Amino acid sequence: MKAIEPHLPVLPVLIPLFGALFSAFFRRGASAWLVALVATWLAAAVSCWLLAKALATGMPISYQLGGWAVPWGIEYRVDVLNGFVGALVTTIGAVIMPYARRSVAHEIDQHVQAWFYTMYLLCMTGLLGITLTGDAFNVFVFLEVSSLSTYVLIAMGRHRRAVLAAYQYLIVGTIGATFYVIGIGLLYLVTGSLNLADISARLATAPPEFARPVVTALGFLTIGICLKLALFPLHVWLPNAYAYAPSVATVFLAATATKVAVYLLLRFFFTVFGAGIGLASVPIPELLFVFSIAAMFIASFSAAFENNAKRMLAYSSIAQIGYITLGIALANQSGLTGSIVHLLNHAIMKATLFMALGAVAFRLGVVQISDLAGLGRKMPVTMATFVVAGLGIIGVPGTAGFISKWHLALGALEKGMWPLVFAIVSSSLIALVYIGRVVEVAYFREPAAAANKAHDPPISMLAPMLLLAAATIWFGLDTRASVGIAAEGAKVLLGGLK
Amino acid sequence: MKAIIDAVSHYNYFITFFLMVAGLYVVISRGNMIKKLIGLTLFQSSVYLLYVAPGKIIGGTAPIIDPAFKVYSNPLPHVLILTAIVVGVATLALGLALVVRINEAYGTIEEDEIFARDGEI
Repeated sequence: MKAIEPHLPVLPVLIPLFGALFSAFFRRGASAWLVALVATWLAAAVSCWLLAKALATGMPISYQLGGWAVPWGIEYRVDVLNGFVGALVTTIGAVIMPYARRSVAHEIDQHVQAWFYTMYLLCMTGLLGITLTGDAFNVFVFLEVSSLSTYVLIAMGRHRRAVLAAYQYLIVGTIGATFYVIGIGLLYLVTGSLNLADISARLATAPPEFARPVVTALGFLTIGICLKLALFPLHVWLPNAYAYAPSVATVFLAATATKVAVYLLLRFFFTVFGAGIGLASVPIPELLFVFSIAAMFIASFSAAFENNAKRMLAYSSIAQIGYITLGIALANQSGLTGSIVHLLNHAIMKATLFMALGAVAFRLGVVQISDLAGLGRKMPVTMATFVVAGLGIIGVPGTAGFISKWHLALGALEKGMWPLVFAIVSSSLIALVYIGRVVEVAYFREPAAAANKAHDPPISMLAPMLLLAAATIWFGLDTRASVGIAAEGAKVLLGGLK
Repeated sequence: MKAIIDAVSHYNYFITFFLMVAGLYVVISRGNMIKKLIGLTLFQSSVYLLYVAPGKIIGGTAPIIDPAFKVYSNPLPHVLILTAIVVGVATLALGLALVVRINEAYGTIEEDEIFARDGEI
């Protein structure tokens, strides 16, 4: 333990990376699954340890990759915020794993199952790399590692539209990543550094005539990252990608990929540009308000009128991203706490919902809302987890979703923007409509002939769903851990870089 | 006069941004999936120029320390772009592979024809 502790910040990235290498050697899906299971649980344990250490020290943990001195070498820099996001990504990734074996065996051809797990681990590597690194260009490399493996994961879906969705995401995702590189390039020209902390320090003392390239860089970075996090109206790639990807891939991506992009946005807005020059002239918060509220309402309406259950949840994800960016736009302690805690809460709830749909697809092979008729009786546990997580998405008190919205509403009130509170509540009512549609079909309609033989999936698939559904309730009642860490993270962001 | 000299001495940036906008325009305006990928590659390549050009210091030489030289070019942007080129190649390869699969599944690589075949998605 003593020997590996100094290398803790980089381990969550290395473990899935080597896991991906190992699982690529296997022909059989089951062997690759075992490698992925071990790698994800190891990564989760290490990330939680890292988070605990970051919480205990209260200072960023700096790690010099290859022993090269900062700022020339690549630095891994872990504070409460990215430690939290890293722990979130790995834990969700690990919890999905027991579920994945049956679902993947059902949905993906025998000869590519091992590749699926390889891509899953690579995607996780990329997401963790983005989260933990303190180097702007390293972020780009990991962004592409996660993106390329995501395209492959999506293309493995059964429907031919899956390949089309992967292609469309590839085009949009590459434009986003390239925008990010342009932004980093401009920042490098101004500051001569790629280390995020160093860029921030140098921007603070940059002469005012550099304001123009810095603002341009901010624009490119914002749009590039917002494409990745699917901020309305840059969300068009997301519904098809989530709808046609294999169930397990959808669960993992919906729970983690956009969250990591949100983290990156937070990092750039608050840590890098927080002390920057000439940013008062850019109406970023105002724009974010508009797009967040548009996402909350328009995406929710799209969800309410959607007939494909997976696409419905995908639109719901876009709406939930709106809540998160709303907190970023508020930029005060309560708002940011709401945003950061919603990263966790939404990840848990959306993973549960997509897992429940994956279980239905496992038994019936369908995901249209009309096909869910009568499943409340045929698959009682599956639909029960769906309802619990659905209540969370609506924001019913006692569930995790309520906690996020409560803090967002507090943040809005602190700013004196009380109309935002009405926006949060009324958009939640639209969530009631689309979740309610599913509940109505599942519980109050007679099952179709095809659904008569359906029953709950095996315990290996049920256990992760039940665990996450329980977490939805748990984090709605006991918020010491979730809100506590989120509040610490918000303090780190608002205090600039320590 | 100074404005003209300024503009001419920054000719590399004009080329860079022309390629950037041209590539992005091709991605947006074309429905053929291969052409879209060509535009995307053009767009990415322009960014390589954006990085590489400022790394060159006029009168500078390769960054190998030698008492005979005082001024060296900055090698870091070049190394970064080496990485970016690899990423670009991987993206292009994956994109082309997806287009092959789309062609197998739909029998066409024109976006409007695909949408017509599948219904608007």
